[in-house]
Amino acid sequence: MEKNSIGRSVGLVVIGGSAGSLDVVLQMLPFLNGGLRFPLIIVLHRKISFDSALTDLFAGKTALIVKEAEEKEELKPGIIYIAPADYHLLVEANHTLSIDYSEKIHYSRPSIDVTFETAADAFGKAAVGILLSGANADGSEGLKVIRSLGGITVVQNPVTAEIPYMPQQALGALAVDYVLDSHQIAGFINKLSDDTAAYSE
Amino acid sequence: MEQGVLQDSDIEILLNDLCEVYGYDFTDYSKASIKRRINRLFTIDRFLSFAEFRYRLRFDPDYLKRFVEQITVTVTEMFRDPLFYRALREHILPVLGTYPFIRIWHAGCSTGEEVYSMAILLKEANLLHKSLLYATDINAEVLEKARKGIFPLSQMKQYSENYILSGGKKDFSSYYTASYDKVKLDESLSKKMIFSSHNLVSDHSFNEFQLILCRNVLIYFDKDLQSRVFDLFENSLENLGYLALGSKETLRFSNISQRFKQIDKEKIWRKIA
Repeated sequence: MEKNSIGRSVGLVVIGGSAGSLDVVLQMLPFLNGGLRFPLIIVLHRKISFDSALTDLFAGKTALIVKEAEEKEELKPGIIYIAPADYHLLVEANHTLSIDYSEKIHYSRPSIDVTFETAADAFGKAAVGILLSGANADGSEGLKVIRSLGGITVVQNPVTAEIPYMPQQALGALAVDYVLDSHQIAGFINKLSDDTAAYSE
Repeated sequence: MEQGVLQDSDIEILLNDLCEVYGYDFTDYSKASIKRRINRLFTIDRFLSFAEFRYRLRFDPDYLKRFVEQITVTVTEMFRDPLFYRALREHILPVLGTYPFIRIWHAGCSTGEEVYSMAILLKEANLLHKSLLYATDINAEVLEKARKGIFPLSQMKQYSENYILSGGKKDFSSYYTASYDKVKLDESLSKKMIFSSHNLVSDHSFNEFQLILCRNVLIYFDKDLQSRVFDLFENSLENLGYLALGSKETLRFSNISQRFKQIDKEKIWRKIA
């Protein structure tokens, strides 16, 4: 991390990942501070059959509440929302969630782009997008939108990614704010939370 | 998708226009999804400004048709959520089979894949001959596709897998004739279907049914509109009739939940009073 302080208040963090990202999330979860000052959304490409197991798997690794996102649900700080399999997850301007069953994007539903884009739209410069390992180009367009609306963009260092293609695509598409090794991600999110506490006072 | 070109205020103006000029009311739809789709259309159709887009929409009824087709989500599949269809097979159809005549409403049927799936279930339960399947949608274009019953051959592998997971025992290919890259579903299935345009936002009840299916439609509506549609469904269901929703939709928080009982784990409720 180049800077010691992000220097702003964060409203929402969205993590997107595909092939090779599950381990990164599992490694990260135990190190997240309890009582994060913002909601965290995780969008992972996966097989439908794996669905309910994923929420339980994540819940076992962290003290934070982990739940599958429900339509019209209100986002609350300190909760980790998992995008349901086979639906896109959208963030509404009134900070609720909605789901949609429109076309797959980059062969994926949920699509990381969709959640990143709508999160940017709803949270502006208080949105943070973190893109992890993966084998397709989902997420890059979404990060662009987050950046253009003033939010923070983060990409897993391709060197530490099991499948470097997805982070590489993003690095080629835009100038991201932070490139982090997989073991740095939890610390970064904790830092965002501390800064949010400091700047929202 | 390109970055959103249209602002929330633009979207609001467009939706008000649609309502005022054509009577299509999308104002109670969830905003993020409809905004994404409108922006997508704006980009695909290469409009140069919001003003041009708005003008076209107001004064070109053919373009309105395209607009409605493009912003309503029409993605669907046969035997979507196979375990839901297994529950219909095992728990619901045996009850419906005791009626002399079965009326089923597929609200928001899109291109009809789920209507054909239902017809196959009814046929296998030997109930199709005494059933009528009312299939409605707001979008005339998709109804035309549904009526034809012609679907891409490339989907059939997935549909066949879904069918077997739903408890199907036959060879799925016995339900269609393939030609080049398309298949036509058996006409004995569509004989019992009635396709008609119906707008859940503005149109009223048109019959009483023993089973209403409305899957993955309510997710696009805001809470108020959802509650209006639930009332419409309640009014359109016979006592002891069934209401089936999509896998992420629920009656639990609705105004009518007291008068419905959920069947098992699946998203199927029975009207009990």
